[in-house]
Order: sequence, then C-alpha cells, then structure tokens
Amino acid sequence: MGYTPNYSVIFNNLGFFIQGAIATLQLAMTSIFLGLLLGILGALGRTSGNRILNGIAVAYVEFFRNTPFLIQLFFFYFGFSSVGLRMTAWQAAVLALAINFGAYSTEIVRAGIEGIGKGQVEAGLALGLKKMQIFRRIILVPALGNIYPALVSQIVIAILFTSVVSQVSAEELTFVGSYLQSRTFRSFEIYFFISLLYLVMVWIVKLVAYLVQRRFFGFMRYVR
Amino acid sequence: MQDFTLTNITYSLLLATRWTIVLSLIAFVGGGLVGFLLMLMRISPVAWVRLPSIVYIEFFQGTPLIMQLFLVFFGISVLFQINLSAWEAATIALTTYTSAFLADIWRGSIEAIPQGQWEAARALGLSYFKQLKRIILPQAVKMSVPSTVGFAVQVVKGTSLASVIGFVELTRSAASISNVTFQPFLVFSIAAAIYFCLCFPLSLLSKRLERRFVFE
Repeated sequence: MGYTPNYSVIFNNLGFFIQGAIATLQLAMTSIFLGLLLGILGALGRTSGNRILNGIAVAYVEFFRNTPFLIQLFFFYFGFSSVGLRMTAWQAAVLALAINFGAYSTEIVRAGIEGIGKGQVEAGLALGLKKMQIFRRIILVPALGNIYPALVSQIVIAILFTSVVSQVSAEELTFVGSYLQSRTFRSFEIYFFISLLYLVMVWIVKLVAYLVQRRFFGFMRYVR
Repeated sequence: MQDFTLTNITYSLLLATRWTIVLSLIAFVGGGLVGFLLMLMRISPVAWVRLPSIVYIEFFQGTPLIMQLFLVFFGISVLFQINLSAWEAATIALTTYTSAFLADIWRGSIEAIPQGQWEAARALGLSYFKQLKRIILPQAVKMSVPSTVGFAVQVVKGTSLASVIGFVELTRSAASISNVTFQPFLVFSIAAAIYFCLCFPLSLLSKRLERRFVFE
C-alpha cells in the first residue's frame, strides 16, 4: 500500500510554522549578536600578548569547538540547574548558542586583526592621512572585509544549529515541527516543509550578505 | 540495582563511545565515497550532470542535520512504508550530510589548481578522466587533506545528533545515565571530556597539516 502525502497539514498550521520561523530568527539574531561580542573579546585576548589572557581564550575556543553543541546545551540546561543555576529552556538556548558562536568567531576575528598589514598603516601615514582616516579606511574596513565571508558562513551554520535547542523544548521552528508531527503523524510533509523554510532563511541571509558585501567591500576585489 | 559510582559512569560512557566512533567512521567513509562522486559531477563540464549535485549540496548544507535525521527516520518510513532502524537512519542521514560538505571541500581544492595544469594535460593528449586522475587529483588531494581532517571533527560532533532518533551513542547514553543518577553536571562533563579527547587530536592534526602545507 502506497502512501499519499497530504499537505493540508501545512496549510492548516501555516501560522504555527511562521511563528516558529520568527522564533528561530530571534534566537539566531540574539545569540549571534552576543556571540560576536564574545568573539571580539576572545580575539582581543588572543592578540593581547598577555599569556594568561591568551591561554584563557585558547582554552575557551578549543573546548567549545571540540565538543558537540548538544552536549554543551545539555550541560547548560540540565547541568547548571542541578547545581542551583536554573534557566528557562530559552535562556539556556541563547547562552549555549552565544558561547558556541563566540568560540568560532574568536578565531575569525583574530585572523582579521592579524591580517592588517603594518606596511599599509605606514603607507597611510606617508600619504599624510589623519589618524581616524587610517583607522577607518586602512584598518577597520579592510579587516571587516577580510573576515566577512568566513563570518557569513559561520552565521549560516549558527542559524541551522538553532534547531538543536528543540531538544530542551525551546520553542522554535524544529520544536513546532515535532509538536505538529506528534499530533498529526504527517512526519514527511512537516519535516520536508520545515527543511525548505530553513533553506529559504539561509538563502535570504546569503542574499543580504552578498548585497552588503557588494555595497561596502566591493572595492576589495581590486586590492587583491 | 546497579550502583553508579564515578568509575561506573565513566566506564558506561566509554562503552557508548564505541558507537560514536563506529558511526563516525561509517559516516566518514560513506560520505567520502558519495562525496567523491558528487564532486566529480559538480566539476563536470556538462550542465545537466552538474545540476543534480548542486541541488543536493545546496539542500544538505542549507538545512539542519537534525531535520535531515527526522526526515530520514520519520519521513522515509511513512513515505515508503519501510521501518528504518535508528542505525540505518543515522547512517543514511550522516552519510548524505558528510558527502555534501566533503564534495564542496574537494571541489574547492580542485578549483584551486591553476587552469594551466588542465591545459597542459590536454595538450599531452590525455582524456578527461586521465587528466583528472594523473594530473589534477594528485595535486588537489594533497591540498585538501587539512580541511578534510578538520571536517572529520564536525562529523564526530555531528554523530551526537543521532541521539535524537534514539541511536544509543555517547550523548544518548549520557542523557540516560544523567536521568538515572540525577547528576547531569558530572555526567555531561565526563561526556564532554570524552568528545574533547576524540576531537582535539584531529583539530591539532588538521592545523599542523595546514601549517606544513603553507611552508611547502
């Protein structure tokens, strides 16, 4: 006996899916923002020349990059609550995602900082540019342009990883899917549609990223 | 009733680690084979050969691994009316996931080979596949080793998500043990330490290979 997919479950619950997608985007944006702050702090630690700060940053990066995100999430949600630090699923999700993103972005930002050529700054001085001009045009913008592609792909990965937090019942898109699936048993239709929603979100982010790159860092193609 | 001491917990977790390792190896070997074919399709000069691999890579890189596991485990079983075990579902989902990323990594190394190498090979009268096999691949493989090893870390970590469909590996067994012992802090710390011991050497190796490649 064959199975006929029935997509009415999608149309009847469209509001649910949209709510889930919005929650996913909120979760992603909050944790990416916080994670980026952590990443900048981490990168400052890595490049500070101070052995202790560098050591802390290295330990942070290596630990969170070499353990699965699911374990980190369980650790924050179940582990911390068992020692008296209670968090809601949503708080634990944001915390775990931000710390995880911070570890990856530390290395990306560090590469950006280290990639700035000293000779370029000297060339700027020789041309008689003001200090602010040098900082903005020679240090900041090119450094951002250098790390931009790596940062965008890490952001895409972070959006996809928000799905994992459904495992501690944080209510986002994947959680909506599991909930509807348990009520309607239309697993194929639901999970396929949700996969497409993630794909569309990723495409939108990539498109925006591409437009931003062309607008702000377009000149960098000529530098290389 | 079994008593859960620290050694007891660690021992049980280490036993479960076997399945994490086995699943990682299966995913990596399977993903490598499928990924190689995908890569061949992706660099093909023929558009209709390229297209399916582009769609495949885009889909599996653009959707969460957890969704892919659900799609295979729950979705395929209702669609084709076959019951997949957690083993089979995890193998399929992790293989497709790994293959999409490896295909992209390897395509990158092949595209990094200067066009002149292809032209020189063609000028020697080699067929397309001989150009690939004798001239391009040997150089590209060398270049792709560091990132391939680096991706192995992602695969090991990815196997932890197989726990969501009931595959009993390290993460799943840590969750069960923590439910029984009410010591999640301890249990997940040990599990994290075990994962670290699996992944960190691979990360170090990847970094070392990369450095060696730069100096060559």
